[in-house]
Formats: sequence, structure tokens, C-alpha cells
Amino acid sequence: MGASDFANLPHIGASIRRKEDYRFLTGAGQYTDDITQANQTYAVFVRSPHAHANIKSIDLAKAKAMPGVVEIFTGKDIDGKMGGLPCGWLITSTDGTPMKEPPHPILAIGKARYVGDQVAMVIAETLEQAKNAAEAVEVDYEVLPAVVDVRDASKGTALHEASPDNHCYKWAIGDKGGVDAAFAKAAHITKLDLTNNRLVPNAMEPRAAIGMYNRATEEYTLYVANQNPHVERLLMTAFVLGLPEHKVRVIAPDVGGGFGSKIFLYAEDVALTWAAKQVNRSIKWTCERSESFLTDAHGRDHVSHAEMAMDKDGKFLAMRVHTDANMGAYLSTFASAVPTILYATLLAGQYTCPQIYVEVDAWFTNTAPVDAYRGAGRPEATYLLERLVSRCGWELGLGQDEIRKRNFINSWPYQTPVALQYDVGDYIGCMNKAQGLADVAGFEARKKASAAKGLLRGVGYSSYIEACGIAPSNIAGALGARAGLFECGEVRVHPTGSVTVFTGSHSHGQGHETTFAQVVAARLGIAVESVDIVHGDTGRVPFGMGTYGSRSISVGGAAIMKALDKIETKAKKIAAHLMEASDADVEFSNGEFTVKGTDKKVTFGQVALTAYVPHNYPLDKLEPGLNETAFYDPTNFTFPAGTYICEVEVDPATGKTRVDKFTAVDDFGTIINPMIVEGQVHGGLVQGIGQALLENCVYDRETGQLLTGSFMDYAMPRADDFPEFKIDTICTPCTHNPLGTKGCGEAGAIGSPPAVINAVLDALKGVGVKDFDMPASPSRVWEAIQAAK
Amino acid sequence: MQVQLKVNGKSATVDVPPNTLLVQVLREHLKLTGTHVGCDTAQCGACTVIKDGRAIKSCNVLAAQVSGSEITTIEGLAKPDGTMHPMQAAFKECHGLQCGYCTTGMVMSAVDLCTHHPKASEGEIRELLEGNICRCTGYQNIVKAVVKGQADMASA
Repeated sequence: MGASDFANLPHIGASIRRKEDYRFLTGAGQYTDDITQANQTYAVFVRSPHAHANIKSIDLAKAKAMPGVVEIFTGKDIDGKMGGLPCGWLITSTDGTPMKEPPHPILAIGKARYVGDQVAMVIAETLEQAKNAAEAVEVDYEVLPAVVDVRDASKGTALHEASPDNHCYKWAIGDKGGVDAAFAKAAHITKLDLTNNRLVPNAMEPRAAIGMYNRATEEYTLYVANQNPHVERLLMTAFVLGLPEHKVRVIAPDVGGGFGSKIFLYAEDVALTWAAKQVNRSIKWTCERSESFLTDAHGRDHVSHAEMAMDKDGKFLAMRVHTDANMGAYLSTFASAVPTILYATLLAGQYTCPQIYVEVDAWFTNTAPVDAYRGAGRPEATYLLERLVSRCGWELGLGQDEIRKRNFINSWPYQTPVALQYDVGDYIGCMNKAQGLADVAGFEARKKASAAKGLLRGVGYSSYIEACGIAPSNIAGALGARAGLFECGEVRVHPTGSVTVFTGSHSHGQGHETTFAQVVAARLGIAVESVDIVHGDTGRVPFGMGTYGSRSISVGGAAIMKALDKIETKAKKIAAHLMEASDADVEFSNGEFTVKGTDKKVTFGQVALTAYVPHNYPLDKLEPGLNETAFYDPTNFTFPAGTYICEVEVDPATGKTRVDKFTAVDDFGTIINPMIVEGQVHGGLVQGIGQALLENCVYDRETGQLLTGSFMDYAMPRADDFPEFKIDTICTPCTHNPLGTKGCGEAGAIGSPPAVINAVLDALKGVGVKDFDMPASPSRVWEAIQAAK
Repeated sequence: MQVQLKVNGKSATVDVPPNTLLVQVLREHLKLTGTHVGCDTAQCGACTVIKDGRAIKSCNVLAAQVSGSEITTIEGLAKPDGTMHPMQAAFKECHGLQCGYCTTGMVMSAVDLCTHHPKASEGEIRELLEGNICRCTGYQNIVKAVVKGQADMASA
């Protein structure tokens, strides 16, 4: 079925209330920490208090004698017995050498490399006993100098033997010679230095896991708060523990938010699985929030320089960018891909910039590993490009809208100079709709009204593009991916016509149990209530890749569509037999099979029953049953895009910046459940505006201590930090998947930060502030105003 | 030590060490796992329950301190036949939840808010929800849900 037929089916485009809500609203959700095993023990990790230190010795005698202690493991117990945590994407440097991949042991061996690095695992009968014993573990550290800031990395003490200068890779894309030649001819060049601040993902459910082992069957089970249980299992069995994959079951039950931070294989997950066999007991570990701040993979942390070459009319001729990316102390699962494949390839944005050259240096520092966080590379690209484009406009005396309109791509497909080919879009359509909704015509009057109150009002634009549903597998493989990028879907029709779907996508807030049920119900002409979605369990679901990069509907949904195609094909054959017609004459719509030109019909329910009670059935030609599985590997990314317009009011006396209006118009292609899509946009916007106004992960530059290690120090966005957002969509359906969908989970977080900062800069123009980096907290804004005086 | 509570209308006596938090009694002793722990500094509000008619953060109070109190947790909010409380229903209707983790504490805070501020404006609701952090929804639909729940509670 094609995307346009699909979009017209019943249930598609309906804001159906979520099937999952009753359990979440009544306290019946089952998150990992809610699950208790018989005879369960508890683990606590002893973590390094130093950012960089040699571990001279560990004395466990006192701790092991503490009440309730079952066992304590350190790096010595695992050294040489298993691999380290793998990185899933190999980046090759410009000189042809592979990136540096230093060992990432699940318990530190000889050295700790960031505050929070796990040094020992204490297992005891109760959590309190484990905590008490952990305090009694005596570690003798030799403290080494720490390096925190990516700009200091090359001068810092080496973290790893494999990288004496802390360099991980130098990667580049684009035609440097062509770009340099274009710059030489430019009428105007705009330059910008900027920092994309480090963030802590802070899903509300802290990470948690339960490791289990059954001696009788030699089977392991890991409950874990995770976004992609099959990937977790594959990495753990094949790369770290060397276990037979069929003997390991990974279950990600209800998961309380992810935002990328639960994609990765973490040391604790492996340690619990391995140790469950050693102690022959189930072991639960639940991360405390302060531990999450220290050890969850962080996001962003780029320092960049960008230049745009233009002709006299403001047409972009070429762009060049250099970025230093902070990897943290070790390479997390997809860390290396974030500032390269997921970042530099997005730097064309929505514009016809014919030449782009991007160079990226990645560095190790004594900080928590940095990896994908809502947007993963695309927010970094968008922040850089959209800040640069607004500055281009200001320098040329053009409005933020005009500079964009002069450079928008307006025909598709469009091949960018940085590898991607956009299939479809309508960038001017988004801009026009956003400008209307934002009442830009009334801005000057509002600015005057603000000025009368002594406040500075500014407007900021951002026209973002993102690439979702990373694909296809073969091209990603050629670019260094060490995993496939398909998704699976199994549609199991039951004899009475209800349906269970098994999907490799994982829902941790996105509402797949509803959206995917709408897709299936629409195709089969049955009630949404007759469809249940199962996910998050390697023991029940075929091998799937999970949820990240806004891929679930476009890749996971497409796999389900393919399985439904197979269901429909087979069901038509059964229906043809029942109606004594030829297969080719059978049509299916609204849950009924009919024969062209006759009044014969059978229902989907009758066909389902016949498939499992095959008394009147073509057994010589057709197997009984109605259960189909499909794997879908996309042929291209999808490209959601939009224009965001932000208005801020700054109080120059205090630096307090308030977002007064925020307008977002997105093109997500086909929308299945508008209510859920709007919710995704709201959440993304608050994470993006949160980065721009509030959030900032800060390490002490000398000691490497995390200074923003709790909700009292790290400013999480709260309800009263925001106005009501105005959001809308346009629709140009994706051309290469059967739903026409593009994905909506990350757009808000990608598009909003530069809109906010451009608005702040617009507001501060009159007081002489020319440059400003996130976050626009009152003290930083006030300091910028004072410095400009 | 012995702590006596009335939880969701039922009497419960637990024998716990004196340093036991109320949230531990609820989750670990009474198996009421709908009350969640989202932080360790009493900032996030995921553990919010109602004690003697007022919302409290159950991670920030010792069980011993509330001995003799009546506690309502998220499990005690719906009717015995499973019909949701108007605030729970409003959260579903307005899509005021995504991953569900902060939701149970958010709903308990919202019930308390509307009980004690039945005429709170949207702006006041935003301020009164300061003690509850949600990372998924961006708050817009939570605020909508509380406005609706407030009206539905008043007319219930």
C-alpha cells in the first residue's frame, strides 16, 4: 500500500487517547526497579572520587567482613576474562588510520578516568548492607592531573596509553580545495565561534537493572531500563562476555524516558549479568540520581568555528567548519558517530550552499562519556548553522527571514555537498506558516511595549532540518557502522481476529502501543482495541534495532506495514478460496474481502478463523495460520524540517530572560496521531529551550569534579519556565517509506536552541552584545551586557 | 521500630529500622510501586503522596515521622471498581503524560493543588507545579490536564 492510500485510512490522523495511559496513571506501570526477584541481592558500585587517578591497591578485607556481604568484585576479577565495552561506529581519520579505541573495562583496571568511574561492585543481601560495605572498601589512589575542557585536551595528561595526546580521531567531509576557492571569490564572509554546552539527559527514571542466572538451563536474564534490548544483548554477548546469544534474554519493561541515554551498553548492565552467575543469585542495581549525573552518557559539548562565504546578495557560496568534540573518558556505544556522521552531514541545512568542508577533531577528557542525546549531532549542526545564518543576515542588513528565503532549497530531490539527498520538503511553506502564526507583523509594536517597561525584546529564527531513521544498512556500514539499521515487525493474527504485533521498536514514552495499533487497525479494518503491541523483550520479539534517532514510525512502522502486506496477500488467498473466486479478483478494504463485480464478501474475522480451523481450506497450496514477520531496511533517511520563531524579553537590570512567545511549524510528513506528535514537539521544545536558557553541565576545569551533580545545581526546566507554545504542521509525505512519515521525536530539541539564542542576540543588539553562547541564564546575560558597556 | 499507617484506607503496621523513609515503606514493604523515586534531593516530586490531606514528598520524610497518618498513594486514587479519579482521567484526555514515571507524583500534586487552590489560574498552576519535574511532556499538556481536572473535580 502506498503512502497516499495509507494516509486516507480510518484511524490515521486521529488523536486516539493512549492505550498505555491507564497503567501509568494508576501506578500499575512496571519499571525495572518495581520488579523484585525471589532471593534477590543488591549491588552498589564503588566509584572513583577522582577525575584521574592510578589505583595503587584496593583493600576489601574490612568490607567483605561486613554484615550481609555476598561478594565484592574489582577490575582484577575481570582482567583478561572478558572484553571491554565496544564502540559501535568506526571512524577513520583523514590520514587513513582508525580512531583510537582504548579499552573500556566494566570495572576499572589500574586506573580511574573520570569521577564516577566504577572501581568495585559490592553485592549484599540488602541495599543498605551493600551501601555500608561499599563505604568500607579502601582504595588507595594516586591522583593524576585531570583534563576537562576539550580545548585543553591535547595539553593534558594522557588518559589512555593508546592516545598520548588524548586525540581520538580527525575526520573530514567535503571538498576543501573547492571551498577555499569559493571563499577567495566571496563578496562577504561571516565568521562565528561557538560552544554547544554539555548536557545531562536526566530521564526521570534513573537507570536500573536486574541480572539473573539459572544454573539448570544456563540462561541469563537481564531486566534493564534500555531503548534497544537486542542491541544491548548483541553487544554484551558478542563483544564483552562471549556468551551464546540464545542463552541471554534482555527485557526492557516499562522504561521511564530515554532521550538517547538508555541506548548504550553500560558497564553496570554487563557487570550484573556476569556476576549473577558468579554468585548464583539475582542482583538488582538502581542508579541514584547523583550517580546518574556522574555516569549516564552526557550530550553535546562541542567547540566550533564556522565561516560562511556569500556573494553580494547574500547567496551562500561555501561554508567551512572546524569542530572539537569532547568524547569524555571512554568511547560510549555510538559516541564516535555523533560529531561526524550525524552532525557534519546536516550542515547544509535547508540551504543551497554548493560547497561545504567540515573538519572534526575528537578528544578524550576526564569527564563522563558523551554520546547521543535527543537529536544527537543534529542539534549541534542546527545550532551552528542557524546561529551563523542569522549573523550573515545581520551583517548584510537583511532580516533573519530574508537571508533564509534567499537561500532555501526549493526543488527536490536535492543532493547536498555533504552526502545526504533530501527526498522532499517545503521550507518556504513552513516559514510562511510560522511567520503568520507568530504574528511577526506585530513584533515592532510588542517591542515598543516591552521597551516602555524597560525590557529588551528580540526575535529569533531557526529553520532546521534533521535526518531520521538512519539508513540504509549497507551505506552506513561503508561509513563505519558496526550494526544493521533495519527494523522487524511480526503480526500475529489470532483465530478470533484480534492481533498481537511484536516490534523491535521500543516505547519509553512515545506511545507506540497506541500509534502502532492505529496503523494495524487501519490496515486490517479492525478496532484499535483489538490490537496489542509487544516490545522490549528479546525472548518474545524477533531481532530488532530499537528506538533512537526518531526512527520508530518510519522504520519500525514500515516493518509492520510490510508484515501487513504479507498478511493481506495470504488472507486474500484464503478469502478467494472461501468465495470460490480467483485470488486476483479479491479486494480488501475496511475489514472485508469482496470479489470484483459481485456481492460476495467475507470478513477479516472469518478469514482469521479459517486460517486456524482449516476445514474448508486449500491445504494443498497454502499453509494454515496467519502470522507474518517482516524486516525493513530503509533506502534513505527521512528529513523532517521546520521553522521556529522565538520572542524573548530580557530585563537588562537582572539579565533575566523570559521566552514570551514560541512558534514551531514542522513538516513530519504523514501524522498518525496528532495528539502524540504534539506531545513529542512540546517535550523536545522544552529540552531545547532548556539547553538555551537553563541547563549546563559544568566540571571544575582543574579538578574534574562535577559541579552540577544534582537537581539543585543543574537547572532542569520546570512548568513555570515556559509560555504556551504555538505549534502547527505542514505535510510533504516522505517519498520512500510506505507510511509517508518522517519522525517527530527530536525536532523540538534540534530546532529550538538557536531560535532562542538568536532572539537573545536580537534583544541585546541595542546594548552592544554581538555574541553569546548558551545557556542564557540571568548571570551570564547580565555579565554579557556589562562586558559590552 | 513499629510504624502504624493507614494507607489507601487500609491499616498497615510495619516493623522497620528507624532510618526507613516513607517511600521505602510504600514501595518495599507494602509493594505499592506506583510511587516512584526520581532523585535523591527532594527536587523531582516523583514520590509525591498525600498525607492527611496535603501532598508531601515521601522520599523526604521518615516513616517514623508519619506514624499514625493517613496516606493516599496513586494506587488509592481510582474508585474500587477501577474508574479513574477525575484528575487521572484529565491526564489521559489531555495527553498529560508520556513515559509515566513522573506521572504518579504529578497527579498526586495536581490533586492537592486543585483541592487547596480550586481557582488557580493557568499561570498559578505552572508555579504550583514547580516541585514536580517532567522530562517528557514539556508541561503544556500537564497544565491543560490540571485545568480540566480542576473543573472536573469541582463538578464531581
